[in-house]
Amino acid sequence: MTSAPVSVAGVAAAERSGEASAVEVLERHLAAIDARESDVHAFNLVTADSARVTAERVDADVAAGRDPGPLAGVPIALKDNLCTRGVPTTCSSRILEGWRPPYDATVVQRLAAAGAVFVGKTNLDEFAMGSSTENSAFGVTRNPLDTSRVAGGSSGGSAAAVAASFAAASLGSDTGGSIRQPAALCGVVGVKPTYGTVSRYGLVAFASSLDQIGPFTNDVRDASILLEAISGHDPLDSTSIPRGPVTTTDVLDRGVAGLRVGRIIDLPGGSDPEVEQRLAEAFDALRAAGATIVDVELPSMKFGLTAYYLIAPAEASSNLARYDGVRYGMRVDAADTNAMYGATRVAGFGDEVKRRIMLGTYALSAGYFDAYYGKALKVRRLIHDDFDRAYAKADVLLTPTSPVVAFPVGAKVDDPLSMYLCDVFTIPTNLAGHPAMSVPFGTGADGLPVGVQVLAPTLGEPVMFQVAAELERLATR
Amino acid sequence: MNDYTIDGWEIVVGLEVHVELATATKLFSASANRFGDEPNIHIDPVTLGLPGALPVLNRRAVELAMRIGLALECTVQPCTFHRKNYFYPDMPKAYQISQYDQPLNVDGWLELPGGKRIGVERAHLEEDTGKSTHVGGTGGRIHGSDHSLIDFNRAGVPLVEIVGRPDIASPDEAKQYVTELRQILVAVGASDAKMEEGSMRCDANVSVRKPGDPLGTRCEIKNVNSVRSLGRAIEYEARRQIALIEAGEKVRQETRHWDETDGRTHTLRSKEDADDYRYFLEPDLVPLAPDAAWVEAVRAALPMLPRERRRRLAEATGAPADGEAVLVVVERGQDDYVLAVGAAGGDVARALVHVKEAYSEQGSTPSVPAADLAGLIVLEKSGRVTATQAKTVLAELLANGGGDAAAIAAAKGFEAMDLSALEALVDQALAAQPDAWTKYCNGEEKAVGAIVGHIMKASKGQADGKAVSAILQSRRG
Amino acid sequence: MADSTPRITPEAVAKVARLARLDLAEADLARFAEQLAGMLAHFADIDALDLSTVEPMTQPYPLVNVMRDDVVGTSLDRDEVLAAAPAAEDGRFRVPPIIGLEG
Repeated sequence: MTSAPVSVAGVAAAERSGEASAVEVLERHLAAIDARESDVHAFNLVTADSARVTAERVDADVAAGRDPGPLAGVPIALKDNLCTRGVPTTCSSRILEGWRPPYDATVVQRLAAAGAVFVGKTNLDEFAMGSSTENSAFGVTRNPLDTSRVAGGSSGGSAAAVAASFAAASLGSDTGGSIRQPAALCGVVGVKPTYGTVSRYGLVAFASSLDQIGPFTNDVRDASILLEAISGHDPLDSTSIPRGPVTTTDVLDRGVAGLRVGRIIDLPGGSDPEVEQRLAEAFDALRAAGATIVDVELPSMKFGLTAYYLIAPAEASSNLARYDGVRYGMRVDAADTNAMYGATRVAGFGDEVKRRIMLGTYALSAGYFDAYYGKALKVRRLIHDDFDRAYAKADVLLTPTSPVVAFPVGAKVDDPLSMYLCDVFTIPTNLAGHPAMSVPFGTGADGLPVGVQVLAPTLGEPVMFQVAAELERLATR
Repeated sequence: MNDYTIDGWEIVVGLEVHVELATATKLFSASANRFGDEPNIHIDPVTLGLPGALPVLNRRAVELAMRIGLALECTVQPCTFHRKNYFYPDMPKAYQISQYDQPLNVDGWLELPGGKRIGVERAHLEEDTGKSTHVGGTGGRIHGSDHSLIDFNRAGVPLVEIVGRPDIASPDEAKQYVTELRQILVAVGASDAKMEEGSMRCDANVSVRKPGDPLGTRCEIKNVNSVRSLGRAIEYEARRQIALIEAGEKVRQETRHWDETDGRTHTLRSKEDADDYRYFLEPDLVPLAPDAAWVEAVRAALPMLPRERRRRLAEATGAPADGEAVLVVVERGQDDYVLAVGAAGGDVARALVHVKEAYSEQGSTPSVPAADLAGLIVLEKSGRVTATQAKTVLAELLANGGGDAAAIAAAKGFEAMDLSALEALVDQALAAQPDAWTKYCNGEEKAVGAIVGHIMKASKGQADGKAVSAILQSRRG
Repeated sequence: MADSTPRITPEAVAKVARLARLDLAEADLARFAEQLAGMLAHFADIDALDLSTVEPMTQPYPLVNVMRDDVVGTSLDRDEVLAAAPAAEDGRFRVPPIIGLEG
């Protein structure tokens, strides 16, 4: 790597006190982008000019004695499904190529108000549907640790941007694992918070009851800072929990003595042996650090993939119906509006998106609703209730984040089902609405990073971060 | 008890009425709810269905919807919102947020002036679509058009859909239902309910059957733009169906378009091509459960409804509650005024007649103070002005926005003759017409004409004909 | 262990593609039909579950009665919005003739 990763905490503090200049910090990151972006392709768009303007303003504020905010001058990348006013937001789809939103997402406003510097919009699987960023219409994002391999997905670009030091932190979105899995594959920290803690206003919807925005960072403390900056009630999102921001920085040094960490004894098998080995070592390390390991069962977890692949496409089929060529985005002209719809959508969407729209439409259609969508909602309840029982016995649960380490580009594109299996450990938390995060913990085959997932109950971010911080300390030991 | 038939056939009509609510903003966003402005100026991300937009429910729309439900004797219940998915260019999200199996108001009724109750199955909230205009065809119709233009000012405006049960049995009852419903909506302040402006829209489901038979196949009639058209359309459609059946054909279940100019309904589309709406619970909204305190507060704040106002006016005046005078005066909102005239000392039955006849151009707050009309009526009742003279005085009161009736009468020389002067005139006439008097006393009613004529000539028309007849009758014994 | 009858027929896929306004070519319809059938066969694992007494879970976090005040906010700039439109005329969004659609 050309430059050591910076911490959000460090950069912000240094810039607020005048020790570091926002422009200098930005230029270092832009230099990293110059050096390696052509290999990694983390970005759909690098916004160097506007970033410089913001950085200069931050420096001017500091010089004038004005506080630029808790994220002063921190270079941050945004997944390209977050609306940024006047800046193209494509969702890595041809159907939105070049579209400039007339408004900012709430999280974007909050980061801007905190003094953040936006370096660019990152690549993703089209409309956040995928686990490798190979479904992007604008090219695949490669893993900075080994560019023959994927960065994971759907937030591959955001994960890679942090792993390659293109940004000090980034935002992604997670519907079935799309933050945690790429974080694991790229060796960085990734957090999916409790559903409802971070406003979805301005996040281009994939599956409304599953989507959440969260941070990618180099360490757990940075993730805590980012999450606090973006979370908290938003009146523009009806599903937003009426509470203040999620605060976890004060638990990071508490250690795990006295905590109960759950091991899911009926966890689906089939992971890489090295991945299972790292998980076992994580349990051992936590036990040695004072935690109690308890066995829990989640008998319905194995139905999670099915429930997810009926619910998410169903909601997506409805959320993506608005891409019809009428008001924005791509239009393929035709003799009448109905033909225009059909021609536009077939040209504008990639295969994976088409597959999921059709699967979702089918699951909702007359005669099939009860058997598919209706039943999947009940399976969701079973999984949620399983977790409730588990959290009566344990404070957090631990699983691998991904069953495999970063796989070669092209290895799974022809087998959608095998791609879906990448999310087997992450999907259940989205279904339940719970928080979970991935922390790098050693390596697997070919020296590639392994991520351990910490799961917690609803609004359990404090204990989740508490355990994650300890794991991070134990991993680097 | 239905006695309306066409050639021995019964008509069964169920009305669906959509009402635009009188809120300041739209149902799910803060854009203005205004009629008649420049196109596309009341727009926001939610209204346009932009990527990333989210709905938030308007509290006032809920309040107005509850007023409607309670005024229609519905039960207000916990409810949810669903997505109704279909493509149309004036539908910005390609789905409409509506209410499906758990609507806000259920199981009420509307009482027609004659006392018959028409069931109201439900009254639920949903959002309106934008408006399309068609360019290049004949008469602005879609058929033959070159292209269409969409204005989203109306998209997202709150609607309440009131679904009546098929209890209506004639075109007249349908017209009464809509007229009464409109009055209720205006009285509770929910809407200005103007069919001609589109803030109240009526679709009619019409079928026919022989008495005692099960329900026939129904057709839905759209594009009815006035109460009069409603009656005409129902009558035409019923006859059309009767003719089909009597010719041995079947009525096809379909939606038909009423054409006011040619006075017929035409096929709009057949049900085979109908979209499957794939209703599912709206994941971007949460359930709505108005608490008992709110419901009771709304109920307590309801104004007196038209039915009750008619009953009150009928009781006070002795006129029939479903008679024309009471119907008209209450519809104009002038019943309070009539009662005020009574309170000011004027005979309230007489006030009703005057107001019905002379106040059609006056609004619900007539320009003539109630006390002034009371003054006129006192003169009338005491016989000091004749009925004809009273009309003239009233016309002047209306023209001047009030006045002293006695002074006006005096200025016009309208002082009616007092009783003793009348008696003296009668004495004179009897003396002059002894034969006519004898004939009258023997029962020849027509003979009185000569006597009255003599009196009128002698008094130069000043004598009150009614008072004279009364004197003659009482003298005859 | 796979069920030999496809869980979704090519006709059903064609119908679903029409509903979703995806104008797919014949060859693509066939390809997607095969992939979707494979997926649905995989998702048959929930068929055997007895869920008759289970309530569907529709909300991750139990909120109720979220509403806002009836106060007008700022509108978007019409020019900015129409500039991003595929076709506009007279301050409105322009589309081809609206034929064959249910309004």
